[in-house]
Amino acid sequence: MMHIIGTWIAAGLTLAIFSFLYKDNPFYKFAEHLYVGVSAAFAILYTWAFDVWPMLVEPMFYGRGAASAADRWILLVPMLFGLLMLSRWFPKIGWLSRWAIALTVGIAAGLGITGQIQGILLPQVAGTLVPLTSLDNVLMVVGVISTLVYFYFSIAQKGAVKVGSRLGMIFIMVAFGASFGYTVMARISLLIGRLYFLAYDWLHLVR
Amino acid sequence: MKFFEKLASIDRRIIYLLLALAVVVPILLKLVLPITVSEPVKSAYAAIDGLSDGSVVMVSIDYDASSAPEVQPMLLSVLRHCFAKKHKVVMLGQWPLGLPFGEIGMTTVVDEINRAAQSPADSIRYGANYVNLGYRPGYRALMVGLGREFRDFFATDYRSAPVDSLPLMRPIHNYNDIDLLVGLEAGQAGDEWIQYAGARYGLQIVIGATGVVAPDMFHYMQARQIKGLIGGLQGAAEYETLMQHPGTGTAGMVPQSWAHLLLLAFIVLGNVGYFVMRRKKA
Repeated sequence: MMHIIGTWIAAGLTLAIFSFLYKDNPFYKFAEHLYVGVSAAFAILYTWAFDVWPMLVEPMFYGRGAASAADRWILLVPMLFGLLMLSRWFPKIGWLSRWAIALTVGIAAGLGITGQIQGILLPQVAGTLVPLTSLDNVLMVVGVISTLVYFYFSIAQKGAVKVGSRLGMIFIMVAFGASFGYTVMARISLLIGRLYFLAYDWLHLVR
Repeated sequence: MKFFEKLASIDRRIIYLLLALAVVVPILLKLVLPITVSEPVKSAYAAIDGLSDGSVVMVSIDYDASSAPEVQPMLLSVLRHCFAKKHKVVMLGQWPLGLPFGEIGMTTVVDEINRAAQSPADSIRYGANYVNLGYRPGYRALMVGLGREFRDFFATDYRSAPVDSLPLMRPIHNYNDIDLLVGLEAGQAGDEWIQYAGARYGLQIVIGATGVVAPDMFHYMQARQIKGLIGGLQGAAEYETLMQHPGTGTAGMVPQSWAHLLLLAFIVLGNVGYFVMRRKKA
């Protein structure tokens, strides 16, 4: 029974959202606001259930997952920084939140730099150093070099540099086209998913 | 000229209606197209198929409702493949709103297998054959931290059971105990897994991604930073074909093709109209 009710609610909300394609209307607005509200509530619930409770409250107050007393008390540090983040609500002490933000930014920057170098730059350079024994490899190497030339702004774009730059632009356009094609496919897939749900799960038109 | 002028001012709602018809009609007629499997999907399949029986596959649910129609069929196929090969599955996720989809997918496949099981040995049990660790915050820090010790982040599972109470999790401490990661991605998390778990710890990775994300994954495939790539609904259909278990991916290929043909027709007509009108004005 609950499954049937759930399916009808989902179908009704899908149609309410689709109704925007005709024109803006109260059904669409209702579904939109409901979605935002439920998502926000869900996110709060998840933050508590999968973040604050298991990573702070349980180890600190119940000792779960904490091997020693030090493991429990060290959690006071992130708890303090978390509380500092909330100080933004109080203008007089709002500046305290900068400490927490600084910590977050520092960690993200540190991880980001190592990730970019170790995870992208070096492996991708290595992946480009291939023998020019196939058309694929030749295209890739020419594409990389000409794209780099396109983004090289320290010399005037004349002569050979201009030719390389134009070629780079063609490769970039092809990449954009491929990306856009995939995006169209993705959006149509979402439409198919919803219409398939309406035809299959709701109306049972397809068995 | 008048035809193209009318075409240029056509009500967008007519286009929506035509698009809806292009999708609905093949769904109702249950039309099916032959599907050719691409190399990246074959590689993804081979990566799971090539693992020895009983290997541990970690599946990351990094998508939510907005991309589920594309990625959920991939999850179902990957889980069917893993369990058919007697692999053990550790599920977790970087998108908090995605975990229910992981749970739904897992329940669907586990029920399907257990219904068909001839003996208890053929059945799939929580804690022994699969676990769902759920979501933890941290993102990059979590991906790096899991390389040291899972318990630093996941002291309990999705159902709040201590991980050491689950037989499957007892020998698993870090990426050395994981044979393959299957990242199902609708955003940036795929790049992060490759950069932090793949490059730093040498974790073998297969990516299943939405159509929007997939083009950004091909360079990882080319540089052999990932073992395989399942891209968009088409990739999901290809994996279903390899598994010989058609699902919503396969069912979506004819509507997809019809919709693409319609869009191509609009693009061609629009461009022809544009050039004809420009010439007339000149």
